[in-house]
Amino acid sequence: MTDYSIILAGFGGQGILSSGRIVATAALLEGREVSWFPSYGPEMRGGTANCSVVISDEAIGSPVVNEPDVLIALNGPSLEKFAGQVRPGGLVIVDRSLVHQQPQRDDLRFFAIPASEMASNLGNMAFATVILLGCLSRNSDCMGREAFEKALYEVLPERHHHLIPAEMSAFDQGVAFQAAT
Amino acid sequence: MNQRILMKGNEVIAEAAVRAGCRHYFGYPITPQTEIMHYMAHRMIEAGGVMVQAESEVAAINMVYGAAAAGARVMTSSSSPGISLKQEGFSYIAGAELPAVVVNIVRSGPGLGGILPAQGDYFQATKGGGHGDYRNIVLAPASIQELYELTVDAFNLAERYRMLTMIFGDGTLGQMMEPVLFREEEPINRPDRPWAVTGTQGRREHNTVQSIYIEADDLEQVNLRLQAKYHEVAAQETRYETVGCDDAEIIVVAFGTCSRISRNVIRQAADEGIKVGLVRPITLWPFPEHILDQLSQKGHVRAFLDIELNSGQMLEDVRLAVNGRRPVHFLGRMGGNLPTQKEILEKIREIAGRS
Repeated sequence: MTDYSIILAGFGGQGILSSGRIVATAALLEGREVSWFPSYGPEMRGGTANCSVVISDEAIGSPVVNEPDVLIALNGPSLEKFAGQVRPGGLVIVDRSLVHQQPQRDDLRFFAIPASEMASNLGNMAFATVILLGCLSRNSDCMGREAFEKALYEVLPERHHHLIPAEMSAFDQGVAFQAAT
Repeated sequence: MNQRILMKGNEVIAEAAVRAGCRHYFGYPITPQTEIMHYMAHRMIEAGGVMVQAESEVAAINMVYGAAAAGARVMTSSSSPGISLKQEGFSYIAGAELPAVVVNIVRSGPGLGGILPAQGDYFQATKGGGHGDYRNIVLAPASIQELYELTVDAFNLAERYRMLTMIFGDGTLGQMMEPVLFREEEPINRPDRPWAVTGTQGRREHNTVQSIYIEADDLEQVNLRLQAKYHEVAAQETRYETVGCDDAEIIVVAFGTCSRISRNVIRQAADEGIKVGLVRPITLWPFPEHILDQLSQKGHVRAFLDIELNSGQMLEDVRLAVNGRRPVHFLGRMGGNLPTQKEILEKIREIAGRS
């Protein structure tokens, strides 16, 4: 695979940066080259957070992503900001519980998952991003389930490891999600 | 640890320093390099070393001066505005011939500027910055793995030549994560330091660390000795990497983040029938002028393209090395922006007359 790039974006505190790190770690565990780059610029002041992950079979040039293959948006402003940059035919996954608009383009694969609602039913709001990453795994070849699970063990602090089986159920719900529209 | 792990550039620098035997770190926080200090805060306790958050950059560099005079492996780090404040200390360290490692994770300027990546401190790093006739060894890593390798090397170079050695990164390298593979153990072979002020304990005459010489002849001798040393460093330690230069018609010259982006354009250009090579300076000082001089005399080389995150600073060194034999074009971005592969490819097409 040539460079496959992902932008994850939302509010600070939604686990955007660590979700990106988990995706990058999973791809690394599958033997790929990876880079992760956080928005550390002025946009952080407004309370939004985003990060770019690049996965490749070759050494990565720029870790900064201008035309992502995938956008995962956890709030409306993030969808508005980045949807126009996604490559034609690219994948856009949003948390429908938080994002009420749709991208104004018809050349994208669009998944709107009620992730926060599903996470709430599972009893842990933090699982919303994991559900979205399940959808990412199903609809791209950037990481498999096994690598994702291993990555959780690597990235999460040990005190959270007891949550991983539940996180994997959340992941599986994201994998199983079919676009209703 | 025999597997590649994902780590942030700034943290890799700090980990590499500790592995290289650095046990003294003095710093003052500034974005985008504060994670170095943050990491040192807990890692130095584990390693039995010292991390001090100084009251200012000026204080930090003078603590470095003191620890270096006592023979310690010592480091400080900052970003552009903070490095400006340390420049006086760099000059004194050069004058006193002390080994020290300084990290500059460059942000965009001038002034307070912005916190996003830039390479606008090239002149400052390679041409002086502080006062007087001195040089620093300046290393320009382009990947997280190389941040590790070159940070270790920086300590060895600093002690071998008793010179300040700078790691010149940019905000991208400091903030990004990429896989890194650490060696099991870092071989530490430190040269003897008979010059260090460590207390005589009655065994020898006391040492003096100084940069002041009032007599003209004395100071000229010091300067001649420094210059001889700098010539030796230039002869022994100049480093660069070349990619595809053997039959290239256009040679891109770029370091750090720009070199990574440029490297990925080479294949795209080849697909369009344009042969592009890359010269990546790894030492910014000493500058690898020899390879550019050689390439500028090759028949297949038609032009050079210098790419930087500034208005064209290394460009002057490239032009000096090429010495008018070939045109030297320039592509630069400023303010914290990076050139895209597309932008570089378009510039290459334009130079090749294919646009």
